[in-house]
Amino acid sequence: MTSYVVHDTAVLTQRSLRHILRSPDTIITTVATPIAMLLPFVYVFGSAIQIGTGSYVNYLLPGILLITVASGIAYTAFRLFTDVSSGIFERFQSMPITRSAVLWSHVLTSVVANLTSLALVVIVAVAMGFRSAAGLLAWLAVLGIMALFTLALTWLAVIPGLTATTVDGVSGFSYPLIFLPFISSAFVPTSGMPGPVRWFAEHQPVTSIVDTIRNLYAVQPVGNGGWIALGWCVGLLLVAYALAMRTYRRKIA
Amino acid sequence: MTTTPAIEIDGLTKSYGDHPVLEGVGLSVPSGTIFALLGSNGAGKTTVVKILSTLLKADGGTAAVNGYDVATQPANVRESISLTGQFAAVDEILTGRENLVLVAQLRRLKDSGQIADDLLARFALTDAANQKAATYSGGMRRRLEIAMSLIGNPPVLFLDEPTTGLDPQSRLEVWRTVQELAGQGTTVLLTTQHLDEAEHLADQIAVLHEGRIIANGTLAELTQLLPPATVEYVEKQPTLEDIFLAIVGHDAPPPTQTTTVRTH
Repeated sequence: MTSYVVHDTAVLTQRSLRHILRSPDTIITTVATPIAMLLPFVYVFGSAIQIGTGSYVNYLLPGILLITVASGIAYTAFRLFTDVSSGIFERFQSMPITRSAVLWSHVLTSVVANLTSLALVVIVAVAMGFRSAAGLLAWLAVLGIMALFTLALTWLAVIPGLTATTVDGVSGFSYPLIFLPFISSAFVPTSGMPGPVRWFAEHQPVTSIVDTIRNLYAVQPVGNGGWIALGWCVGLLLVAYALAMRTYRRKIA
Repeated sequence: MTTTPAIEIDGLTKSYGDHPVLEGVGLSVPSGTIFALLGSNGAGKTTVVKILSTLLKADGGTAAVNGYDVATQPANVRESISLTGQFAAVDEILTGRENLVLVAQLRRLKDSGQIADDLLARFALTDAANQKAATYSGGMRRRLEIAMSLIGNPPVLFLDEPTTGLDPQSRLEVWRTVQELAGQGTTVLLTTQHLDEAEHLADQIAVLHEGRIIANGTLAELTQLLPPATVEYVEKQPTLEDIFLAIVGHDAPPPTQTTTVRTH
């Protein structure tokens, strides 16, 4: 039956993409949070933040991209939760299909929805003055990192999607993820932070990912930081995937 | 007849934590019959259906559907069954037609569009084919659910409380559909808390109470469990249901004026 995993995943992904097309407000809500942060930081606080050379919107965009994903995966969890609580999840599980296709379709839909949101946020940032001389390869590298980061957070979102008992519980888990970038180099350089905060900021994943994307956009060498960022993304992905699959197996047992 | 029963359960047990739900359930459903599992809320009916449809693992005992063991051959069981009722929902955001096409595609059938159109016509849903299922009335929704369950002609159908929340006309429609299906050889396991539903539809009835089957047989056999009936004639007032169906112009047979009432 494993040979049908692609077919079944494709059919179910088509279904959940249709859900998004019928409620595009989920994409709009997803991009509203990052854009609502972009506006005051670029037009109000930005002039007071010391970032060295360059425009603040160029400095800020990478962090905002991560916040976009953190806000978008709340809907991934929500869509899965809706399937579980409505009973359609059980209908699919009782059918002669590859059972894991039900999860994979949600994961793929999440990646498509989040990449769409990211594109919208980049367009808004360009309208606000974001500029990059990055070539195709650098843009592809940014896309790759964001796709990996989205996948990692998506598998993390699968866990509350499967286990939550209320809608509030489903979306609540993403709030800490949205605020993690505040204690990183996303908004201000870490060099001005007091000791322990600075240590945390410099050793948490957001800083290395944000710095890597910033360097790619600024056509600067990525250096070791790129490998650290990649390591965080892949590591988070593997851990989240393992935890999600464990939750899933318990759920269907 | 030596054919294998469509459903065979023996000594089935299941607990949620310390709370035992099934304490040794056994029953056998012959192929092509309608079997009603009767019980009040919390009696364990849904748990039995979930185990039979491979959604839940039993703690002990055996269960087989269409000759396949639910624990060791779940994929074969899923090929043989369809689930309808309180927990196997429709996709509310998709239209009725899209729901049917989705199931046909998942069952890897060719011509999923044609299959959907045929079922829409058969279940009088053609006019609502392109409306979101969320806009359907209770009866339309139940018809859609049953239509979805028929795709691929699975030999065993589980109907979990199929008429709960339906108006009387829709309930009669569902009953008629179930009887048609059984006439074509589909085995139907029906759970219900409505005694009249079991009485009306089922070839065989089992009563599940506190995790055990406390009675099992045809209606005639169950009736014999009680002392012999005495026969007397009373005038029957039309029930509110009879009146309702008559004044809204339903095509049900007119209510009889006298009826035999058994008293014990």
